[in-house]
Amino acid sequence: MNDFGNIAIQVADYLGNGRAHLIVAPILLPLVTAAFMLILGEKRRRLKALVNILSTFVGLCVALLLVYWVHHDVAPGGLAGVGAVGIYLPANWQTPFGIVLVLDRLSAMMVLLTSILGLGSIMFAMAQWGRTGVHFHPLFQIQLMGLSGAFLTADLFNLFVFFEVLLCASYGLLLHASGGPRVRAGLHYIAINLIASSLFLLGAALIYGVTGTLNMADLAMKVRDIAEADRGLLHAGAAILIIAFLAKAGMWPLNFWLAPAYSAAGAPVAALFAIMTKVGVYAVLRIWTLMFHDAGTSSGYGMNALVAGGLATLAFGTIGLLATRQLGQLASYSIIVSSGTLLTVVGIGNPALTGGALYYLISSTLGVAATFLLVELIDRSRLDAMSTPVDEGDYVPFLTEDMYPEGTNLDEEQEAVIGRAIPAAMAFLGLSFIACTVLIAGLPPLSSFVGKILMLSSLLNPLGLGTPEVAPLALRGWTLLTLLIVSGLAATIALSRSGIRYFWSYPADRPAPRVRIVEGLPIGLMIAICIVLTLRADPVMRYLQATADGIYAPADYISSVLSSRPVPGPELRGEGG
Amino acid sequence: MEAMMAIAIGVLTGSGVWLLLRPRTYQVIMGLSLVSYAVNLFIFCMGRLSIDKEPIIVDGVAQDLMHYTDPLPQALVLTAIVIGFANIAMFLVVLLASRGLSGTDHVDGDGDAE
Repeated sequence: MNDFGNIAIQVADYLGNGRAHLIVAPILLPLVTAAFMLILGEKRRRLKALVNILSTFVGLCVALLLVYWVHHDVAPGGLAGVGAVGIYLPANWQTPFGIVLVLDRLSAMMVLLTSILGLGSIMFAMAQWGRTGVHFHPLFQIQLMGLSGAFLTADLFNLFVFFEVLLCASYGLLLHASGGPRVRAGLHYIAINLIASSLFLLGAALIYGVTGTLNMADLAMKVRDIAEADRGLLHAGAAILIIAFLAKAGMWPLNFWLAPAYSAAGAPVAALFAIMTKVGVYAVLRIWTLMFHDAGTSSGYGMNALVAGGLATLAFGTIGLLATRQLGQLASYSIIVSSGTLLTVVGIGNPALTGGALYYLISSTLGVAATFLLVELIDRSRLDAMSTPVDEGDYVPFLTEDMYPEGTNLDEEQEAVIGRAIPAAMAFLGLSFIACTVLIAGLPPLSSFVGKILMLSSLLNPLGLGTPEVAPLALRGWTLLTLLIVSGLAATIALSRSGIRYFWSYPADRPAPRVRIVEGLPIGLMIAICIVLTLRADPVMRYLQATADGIYAPADYISSVLSSRPVPGPELRGEGG
Repeated sequence: MEAMMAIAIGVLTGSGVWLLLRPRTYQVIMGLSLVSYAVNLFIFCMGRLSIDKEPIIVDGVAQDLMHYTDPLPQALVLTAIVIGFANIAMFLVVLLASRGLSGTDHVDGDGDAE
C-alpha cells in the first residue's frame, strides 16, 4: 500500500493542476476504447480482446488513484481545504448551469468496484464469450462508461443520460449470443426499462418545474426554501423519480424481470450486471440524502416507504432463494436479497448502519459476480459429459437415485473413494463454490460476515458501542435484524443443497471438468479481494465510515460543487497562458 | 392552451398505458411510443407555456424569464426525443427477433397463453 501511495503522490506531482482531468478518465477511457475497437472491425478478435483488457486495467489503476486521492484528502479541483471532494466541469460552465462531475468517497468507491468487476468479467470473456457474437467488446466498454458516468455525475439529467448509456449497452450484452430464452428475457427487460426511463424523465421534469435546477447540490439548497404549496408537486416528482431507480435496484414488486434476465445473460455479462442493481441503490442513496436529509418540512420524506419496500424485497429474495434450484436463479435471488438489505438501510438512514452496509455492498457484489462466473463453469462441466437437463425434478438431494445405483453396497465402496484423488479443476470449483456460498450467506470467515456483523451491531446500538444509554429498537429494526439472519440461513440452505447436488453426487465415470486459467483467475481474484477485505477490515471500514458520515453531512459536497469556478480561457489568463 | 396541453398529454398517456398492458408486442411498442410522446410534451411544459417568446437572448430585451422562454427544457426534450427514438428502434429489432424465434408476437413468446 505504501508503494502505491508513493506512486500516487508521484503521479499527482507529475500531473500538477492537470490531474483534475483524471476525474473524467473513467468515462472517456472506455468511450475512446470502444470507438477504437469499432474501427478495428470484426475480424481481429484477439487484438480487440487485448485492447479491451488493457484499457480496463488502466481504468482500474485510475480508479485506485482516485480512491487514494479522496482518501488522503488530496482530490483535485475542489474547494480549498475540502480535499475529499473533487470537482470537474466537463464543459467548463459555471456550476448550477453546466454539468458537474463530482468525485467523493462514495463515487470513487463505486467506480473502483465497477473497474474490478469489469476486469474480472472481461478476463473471463476472453475464453469464449467474446467470440460468440458481434460487438461484444465495444458494448462492454460502453457499459463501463455508463456505469462510471452514473456514479460520477452530479446532475439529474446527466444521470438520466448515463443511465440510458448503460442500459443501451446492457440490452446489447444481454442479447449477446442470442437464443430463445435470452430474447424473451431481453424483451421484458427492455420494455420495463423503457417505462422506467419515461418515469425518470417525468420525475426529473417535475423537480425542475418546481425548483428550477437539475444540479443535485443546488437542488439540496433549494429544496429547503420551496413554498409549502409546491411541496406536493416536489414530493410527487421525487416519488416518480425514485420508482425508476427502484425498478433498477430490483425492489419488490418492481423486480420480476430480474431473475429471468440475469440468469439468461452470459456469465461475464451477468457478473457485470451484479453492479447494475447497485447503481439504483447508489442513486437513491445519493439523491435522497441530498434532497431530503435536511429539507425543512420535507425532511425524511419517503423513508418509511423505502424501509417497507426494502424489507419486502428482502423477504421476497429469501423465499426465492429457497424456491429455486437452478444456480443462475440462485445468484439472481441473492442479488435481490442484497438489494433489499441495502434499500432498507438507506431508508433507516443511520450513518453507522450505512457504513456497515457499504462494506456489505462491496463484498456481496464481488461474491455474486464470482458466483455468476462459477455457475457457467459448473453448468458447462455438467453439460459436457451428460445430457441431463440443467433443472431436474424437485428431488431431495440426499435421496436422488443416481447417487446410489442399484445394488451398490456403500460400505464396500468406501475405501475406493478414499483412495481416489480429486482432480485439481474439480477441487478449484468446489472450493470457490464454498467461498461464494460463505460470501452470499454472510457466514464467517469471509467479508460478508464482517459486513453483516457491522450492520447488526449498529442496529442494536444505534448510538454507538459502549454508550451507557440503550435506545429501544423499533419494529423495523427488529424486522431487518430477523430478516437478515433468516436470509443468511436461507442462502446457506439453498446453496449447500445445490453444492451437494453438483459436487458430492458427481458420478465417478464422468471426466473431470476443464477450467481454463483465464476463467479460473477472475473467480480466484474476486474471492482473494474479499479475503483481503476481511483481513484489512479496519482501514477499509475507516474509509467506508468516513464515506457514510460524508453522505449524511453533505455540507462539504454542496459547498464544493456550488463554489467551483470554470477555468478561465487562454485570452483571459494573461501572458503565457 | 394549458387545458389543451393537459388533455393532449392525458390522452396520449392513457392510450399508451392501455396499449402497454396488451399482450401483443406490436401493441406494446405503440404504447411505448405514445408514452414517450406524452413525456416529451410534459418536459416541454415544465419550462412554462408561453407564446412568441424566444429562448435565445435578443439585443435590447431585458434578460429575465419574463421576456424569454426557458431554454433548458427545450434542450432536455431534444435529448429525450433522440434517446427515446433510438430505444424504440432497438426494441423493434428485439421484437422482430422474438417473433422470428418463437413464431408468435405474444410478449411471452407463447401463442397459446392468451
